[in-house]
Amino acid sequence: MNAPTRKSEPLIFELTQPGRGATAQYPAPADAGIPDAFRRRRPPPLPEVSELQAVRHYTRLSRLNFGIDTHFYPLGSCTMKYNPRACNALAMLPEFLGRHPLAPAATGQGVLACLFELQEMLRHVTGMAGVSLTPMAGAQGEFAGVAMIRAYHRARGDTARNEIIVPDAAHGTNPATATMCGMVVREIASLPNGDVDLDALDAALSPRTAGIMLTNPSTLGVFERRIVEIAKRVHAAGGLLYYDGANLNAILAKVRPGDMGFDVIHMNLHKTFSTPHGGGGPGSGAVGVGKRLLPYLPVPVVGHEDGRYRWLDERDLPQSIGRLSGFMGNTGVLLRAWVYMRILGAAGMRRVAEYSTLNANYLLARLTEAGFEPAYPGRRASHEFIVTLKRLARETGVTAMDFAKRLLDHGYHAPTTYFPLLVPECLLIEPTETESREELDGFVEALAAILREAGSDAATVKAAPHTMPVRRLDDVRAARQLDVAWKPATT
Amino acid sequence: MPYIPHTAADVRAMLDRIGASGIDALFDEIPPELRVQDLPGVPEALTEMEVSRLAALRASTDGQRLNFIGAGAYEHHIPAPVWALTSRGEIYSAYTPYQAEASQGTLQTMYEFQSMIAGLTAMDVSNASLYDGASALAAACLLAVRAHRRSQSARILMPQTVNPVWRRVAQVITEGQGLTLEPVPYDPATGTTDLKALAKFAGTDITAIVIPQPNYFGQLEDVGALTRFAREQGAFVIGAVNPVALALLAPPGEWGEGGADIACGDAQPFGVPLSSGGPYVGFMASRKEHVRQMPGRIAGRTVDLDGRSGYTLTLQAREQHIRRGKATSNICTNQGLLMTAATIHLALLGPVGLERVAAACAARTRELVDALTAIRGVRAAFAGPRFHEAVLQLDRPVAPLLEALAAEGIVGGHDLARDYPELGHALLVCATETRTAADIATYARVLGSLLGRKAVA
Repeated sequence: MNAPTRKSEPLIFELTQPGRGATAQYPAPADAGIPDAFRRRRPPPLPEVSELQAVRHYTRLSRLNFGIDTHFYPLGSCTMKYNPRACNALAMLPEFLGRHPLAPAATGQGVLACLFELQEMLRHVTGMAGVSLTPMAGAQGEFAGVAMIRAYHRARGDTARNEIIVPDAAHGTNPATATMCGMVVREIASLPNGDVDLDALDAALSPRTAGIMLTNPSTLGVFERRIVEIAKRVHAAGGLLYYDGANLNAILAKVRPGDMGFDVIHMNLHKTFSTPHGGGGPGSGAVGVGKRLLPYLPVPVVGHEDGRYRWLDERDLPQSIGRLSGFMGNTGVLLRAWVYMRILGAAGMRRVAEYSTLNANYLLARLTEAGFEPAYPGRRASHEFIVTLKRLARETGVTAMDFAKRLLDHGYHAPTTYFPLLVPECLLIEPTETESREELDGFVEALAAILREAGSDAATVKAAPHTMPVRRLDDVRAARQLDVAWKPATT
Repeated sequence: MPYIPHTAADVRAMLDRIGASGIDALFDEIPPELRVQDLPGVPEALTEMEVSRLAALRASTDGQRLNFIGAGAYEHHIPAPVWALTSRGEIYSAYTPYQAEASQGTLQTMYEFQSMIAGLTAMDVSNASLYDGASALAAACLLAVRAHRRSQSARILMPQTVNPVWRRVAQVITEGQGLTLEPVPYDPATGTTDLKALAKFAGTDITAIVIPQPNYFGQLEDVGALTRFAREQGAFVIGAVNPVALALLAPPGEWGEGGADIACGDAQPFGVPLSSGGPYVGFMASRKEHVRQMPGRIAGRTVDLDGRSGYTLTLQAREQHIRRGKATSNICTNQGLLMTAATIHLALLGPVGLERVAAACAARTRELVDALTAIRGVRAAFAGPRFHEAVLQLDRPVAPLLEALAAEGIVGGHDLARDYPELGHALLVCATETRTAADIATYARVLGSLLGRKAVA
């Protein structure tokens, strides 16, 4: 295989020479006029480097990364599809970038028009009655959703409802969100075929049920077939249904959460609507609600009256759960999603679901032929699916982690590993609709090669990666001998 | 088909391999009665050229104006390399560095950001970003409650000089966990937290006190006295700080005798454009002993199998994907791209450049206040030192004036009528290093003529 290509880049602090600087960026000296009693005694320990040194340093660091633009990145549940460059270019028009969020609405009719259209498109594509764009990531959308459920029950005097039901396959954010909202989490098991266990659901439902959080298609990569029945039972018990939109890509314009009976939904615009993941954000977790929760939407919301756009706030929506951000959420991300949706249009959105599902089912078929074990045989894949390596791990000692690391040597980012937690040694694979058949074929060949290697030379797989800038890292040491900030040498 | 590479031949071959008759058959597990055939309300597709024209048209109707608002979001010069680098596909299109060996660029940048924030705030440790300053303040309150072993009250003293929107956000985010945020009034002469009013809380169980520096009015708080009060009461100190100001002002880690316990704020002034409100980048730093209670991603330096230095996500046992319902927060995706922009921005400015920016902000604001208060009917609301914002009191309602100024190409400040009605016709203004003497003169001239009076020479 490839020869090792160890690369490292010193810390920016290690390039420092006192007295050096990117002086073209400095404003002229001025007298701050701050009294001595308030002043800092020593300058902050920041780097002192030339502009070129900084540019070269961060360019070199960037080249140590895998990104969608450089590598196939089938990270399950994350929807790593192509982020069209147009979205970035148009969100970065100088007028959009330069506008202060508190400037009068009259100076922002253009940006507000885009956001209002986005709000409307998201409302229609999810089948909900209203949308708020303000949550800044999926987890904040979840927070908004559960807070609205709580506010709804409270407004009805139904204060005993403090339990949120969460399937065992759920994202960790679901139970964490419920806890943040002061709710008690009740976890229910999934059936061996991946569907929710209706008996377990019935046993969990009670007058304490505030709601249930579901992802559909689930994180197991299958569509919950009895969703209408689930909605009926939860509603009959007085609870509400929360839709985690992590997998909305799989069903976009094919079936709508509102039609399935969900009362509230968050969308991950950085997944389904292709805004960038940025090495860990920014995300955007717009929320949609049915009629019952409309009064509780987080503010601000874009309003359109008499041909003018403006932000609606607590004065317009007095029952709102309130504000979640300093201004109006991740506006620049919302603009990128608007560009994406306008370029795709209604037909394009439908194709997102169709071709992401086609790619996933093709990969599943090919990997099954190549000897991999699907976690849910006989089920259709949604836009993602799970293979389990438990037999391989037992026979050869090669784990899902080893497989993931070896894939990096083949030039593919690894799928999600060890999630969902209930499938042992799992790879959660999501190819997305923007990958070509050739790319998928290459990925299958790489996985098949690693499978053979696991039988013939397990040690090589277990020591992978061999061609990355670093070899496998000592995570235990990282946590025990904690080093999370560079400090200047004390003299 | 925009962004979908499949040819008709690809589709046929792939369906054959799957054993499906058509793409529609792949959706056969979805109950037919749920399926939709069309999407009324969603427009038809446009080409990139058509969307570009529409976006450019809308942007041009918004235009560009001379901005004098701060109030939590600040206009600064952004060096050209910041977004040239941040927009690189290797940064822009990567995700959370779950595969550390293929994400060393992102991880090392996180580590450098953490180091810069720790250095600026003089705290031991920092995380690798939260959503924004408002949500960071909420997270800091929750951290204080988790980390404070003796206090049982979950009571946080929240001065009214803290950004009022941040206070509202903190309320919304913390109320589910039973926190009480108690307002502390300000001294009407100085616009800073009233130490006498604070003294009334002495002897009660206080988990933490929030200290804004500079405060929402731009005034400098007596952080030493406030920190000493907190120490005497056994309360934690949460510093809510503007990171640019820290080039000049005592950092939270050096407040009072023992320093603050937690520092938080918004790093938006470092390389992040105003962009109508986001995305920005919250930060949080703390004492080392609280690091296991901190929310959000943290990168750590470690070694690989060959003993070479490398970076990885660490202390993940705090986080939702491991700890689920018992995690320190539900945060997952954070503000990585903006964290990167802030890191590059700080690397370019360094200690000298940042000090110059901070000093220029303070100087321009002083000049702005001098120019505007020379107009009859305009006066500064508070005495005492400030950083780069000030409250002015006018002789008439602010909102119509701001509309009139906007029509003249000037975004003149933020109306405080709603959040601080007791201040009368109060306007919060800001000038950063981006405002010139000519900009300030223009504002003074237009405001003077709108007020119908000449500036007093």
